[in-house]
Amino acid sequence: MINKTLAELSSSLKAGEFSSVELTQYFLDRITKHDADLNSFITVTEEQALAGAKNADEQIASGSSGALTGIPIAYKDLFCTDGIRTSCASKMLDNFIAPYNATAVEKLTEAGMPMLGKTNMDEFAMGSSNENSFYGAVKNPWDLERVPGGSSGGSAAAVCAKLAPVALGTDTGGSIRQPASLTGITGIKPTYGRVSRFGMIAYASSLDQGGVFASNAEDCALVLGMMSGFDAKDSTSVDRDVPDFSAALNDSIQGLKIGVPKEFFGEGLDSGIDKVIQEALEEYKKLGAEIVEISLPNTHLAIPSYYVIAPAEASSNLSRFDGVRYGYRCEDPVDLTDMYMRSRGEGFGTEVKRRIMTGTYALSAGYYDAYYLKAQKIRRLISNDFKQAFEKVDVIMGPVSPETAFKIGEKTDDPISMYLADIYTLSLNLAGLPGMSIPAGEANNMPVGLQIIGNYFEEGKMLNIAHQFQQVTDYHKRVPTQFGEEK
Amino acid sequence: MEWETVIGLEIHAQLSTKSKLFSGSSIEYGQEPNTQANIVDLAMPGVLPVLNTEAVRMAAMFGLAIGAPIGKGNVFARKNYFYPDLPQGYQISQFDKPIVELGYLDISLENGETKRIGVTRAHLEQDAGKSLHKDYAGMTGIDLNRSGTPLLEIVSEPDMRSAKEAVAYMKKIHELVQYLGINDGNLQEGSFRCDANVSVRPKGQKEYGTRAELKNINSFRFVERAINLEVERQIDLIEDGGEVVQETRLYDPDKHETRSMRSKEEANDYRYFPDPDLLPVEITDEFLESVRAALPELPQVKYQRFLDEYALSEYDAGVLTASRPVADYFEAVAKASGEAKLSANWVIGELSSHLNNNDLAITESPVTAEMLTSLIQRIADKTISGKIAKEVFQGLWAGEGKHADEIIESKGLKQITDSGAIEAMIDDIIANNTAQVEQYRSGKDKVFGFFVGQVMKASRGKANPAQVNEILKDKLKET
Repeated sequence: MINKTLAELSSSLKAGEFSSVELTQYFLDRITKHDADLNSFITVTEEQALAGAKNADEQIASGSSGALTGIPIAYKDLFCTDGIRTSCASKMLDNFIAPYNATAVEKLTEAGMPMLGKTNMDEFAMGSSNENSFYGAVKNPWDLERVPGGSSGGSAAAVCAKLAPVALGTDTGGSIRQPASLTGITGIKPTYGRVSRFGMIAYASSLDQGGVFASNAEDCALVLGMMSGFDAKDSTSVDRDVPDFSAALNDSIQGLKIGVPKEFFGEGLDSGIDKVIQEALEEYKKLGAEIVEISLPNTHLAIPSYYVIAPAEASSNLSRFDGVRYGYRCEDPVDLTDMYMRSRGEGFGTEVKRRIMTGTYALSAGYYDAYYLKAQKIRRLISNDFKQAFEKVDVIMGPVSPETAFKIGEKTDDPISMYLADIYTLSLNLAGLPGMSIPAGEANNMPVGLQIIGNYFEEGKMLNIAHQFQQVTDYHKRVPTQFGEEK
Repeated sequence: MEWETVIGLEIHAQLSTKSKLFSGSSIEYGQEPNTQANIVDLAMPGVLPVLNTEAVRMAAMFGLAIGAPIGKGNVFARKNYFYPDLPQGYQISQFDKPIVELGYLDISLENGETKRIGVTRAHLEQDAGKSLHKDYAGMTGIDLNRSGTPLLEIVSEPDMRSAKEAVAYMKKIHELVQYLGINDGNLQEGSFRCDANVSVRPKGQKEYGTRAELKNINSFRFVERAINLEVERQIDLIEDGGEVVQETRLYDPDKHETRSMRSKEEANDYRYFPDPDLLPVEITDEFLESVRAALPELPQVKYQRFLDEYALSEYDAGVLTASRPVADYFEAVAKASGEAKLSANWVIGELSSHLNNNDLAITESPVTAEMLTSLIQRIADKTISGKIAKEVFQGLWAGEGKHADEIIESKGLKQITDSGAIEAMIDDIIANNTAQVEQYRSGKDKVFGFFVGQVMKASRGKANPAQVNEILKDKLKET
């Protein structure tokens, strides 16, 4: 069961080999059995999952089902779900139940996907290790002492350990690609504006984008296609047709020009990872692609620029969590200021407070020009780097992360070293480009992802390129022994 | 020392849209608390603002009306501060790229001259909610009905030199936004609010003095009083060797004083930055053309047209174009009756005094334009005299009929134009007042009025005055 693609699961459901209720129960049972080890879910919604599955079975029986009807899914716990707690892994929202669905959730629910639950994450999506959660760290299924990456670590771990066939995440600076890489699964962050941000609790509005984790590119294509599209409730969503991402999967990539930025292979890159990436590029050559060395000269500016813009937006986005209307409020405030200070002081975790302070500083009078405005200028330079690169090549490839999954607690006291590991992922968010991570091998006995960067709105081409790789490799089929199929 | 006052005004005009600036909630005034606040107004997590294009259209109308360029890529920015009636923790406003750029407005001064006042900018922004302190002991209630209501903040240049000029400017803006149909002009309900920046400097000095911002001056009368009070305070302060500090002061109309709310040091650092949830507002030429085409006739243009088309005096044209409903009312009557001058007299005279006495707006007048037209037609065709017409007007006002003819009929007020009948009356009067006839004939012309009065009395005011004059003159000459 766990090795089937979504298309195969759908065929089995339609053929009556098993029902959606059975399929959903199967994954619920796996969650019950394994999640104590992983901590990948904050909330498991058994009741809603089974009710959704029952509905799906009726649709299948009546012949009105679609490609995803009856296939269960998990959502990162920042996608608002009507009537189900959405915590953002924060004490601040531990008691928060939204009376509305995020648009992505709404679309996938419409498509008949039962919801298994809400997955763990770094608090307010701030982090690269999933250690910053009010509900505790998530473990990497390949080594329970190691992090799964973040911030969408719960979704990545759940899909990696086959606790869910597919899950949604969000990517502000690499929060889909990096955990996909660290857990050896496929993850895609589409072009900014492709997926509605409505109902996705904002971290940094100009960078946040929802995307998909699955076992392979083919599965990602199905789900991404279903959740994409213009949404009148999100002014930054793009009014543009969504192509059938599955249609081009099998296209030949003969003659494909792959750009490899030299800046992605400098100091700091783990040599084992370097080797995996070179081997993957060799594989692409065999498939008929041409490798072209390119330069993205402003790559080194991505980290300082991102760590000004994202916290600046976050400092403002998180102002609404003030203890007045919903969420955490401190005990017995003596006055308004006390209520604000203690509600926010007690409700937010360390990393969130660090970024709010950084962002507040960057936007302050006298510093705005030197930080925020300069960061925005760098952002344009970074976009221009990519623009020029895409005049020469069809796609860009490189590592996702300079290192494989590290041990839990290893970097807790050194936030800067954690930030530096985002070097290869941040620039895409700053440019608004789509990117994905596909499993390409192992280093240090841990999975390594290959990053595929496409031009704007070329998710279809990226998925095609990823799928072709997955036709000739089997990294995406590997499952940690502990989480293998029950006999 | 002689002092010069420098004043700039910030006017907040609530736009007459149906829904809020970034959400679909109604902006109707006076509803039950929090019945007009949806998930966007409550700033629930993950919800996003969506711009109301009607507000953009209205702001563009204002810009075109003051001859200002419209920002083709104007930008919404977040003004960050914490307050319980500000659910997002920031107000969405416009900062360095407003929708309306530098424009101007001409005001009329008391000496009859015209002065041009610069309008620095006008930008769109959200209103905040309301904190309710009274009804909850030891607690504060929050009403978010007003939260997110679209405001146009209109900022003037520091071009005004007296409280009177400030009031004239405020009135002019007030008139304009109502003309454009983008604001209901209601000062009591707060849909038109004003803050004033006031400073003084020795006459002749180029640099501005330190200014104070006066808040809560929400009537034309208060603006004048508060500014004069503040000017006095600043001059006294400086003359006593003190210094004006930059601060926000609250005007208290009950105590007739201004007092400090917060100084510059205590002011918030609002950390403005472009709102990443909203794209820059692209204003296309087509859009601007459509706004321009739909622009109503502006006061100045209407004034000139009233002079040309209806041959009105400057005074009449000025009064009649001071508000759009009055101008519309007048024009309806003038067109239907074909009697422009008479219509102007009646609207400015009898109708206005009745409205004032009863504290009614012209749109609430019990005498509609159609009713007044019927009255004017009867004056013009000499069915009734001007004097009788007032009686008929009274009948219409009191709801005794919907047409002048009904009142004329029921009260028997039709003018007597039968010269035979008038002659008979005059013969009688001459016969019975021989002493006065003698006086008149001996050269006392003033006595003529006595005879007119007698005829009117005898006819109960219904005799046609022109005929009465003519026949009287004729008869009195006879010896």
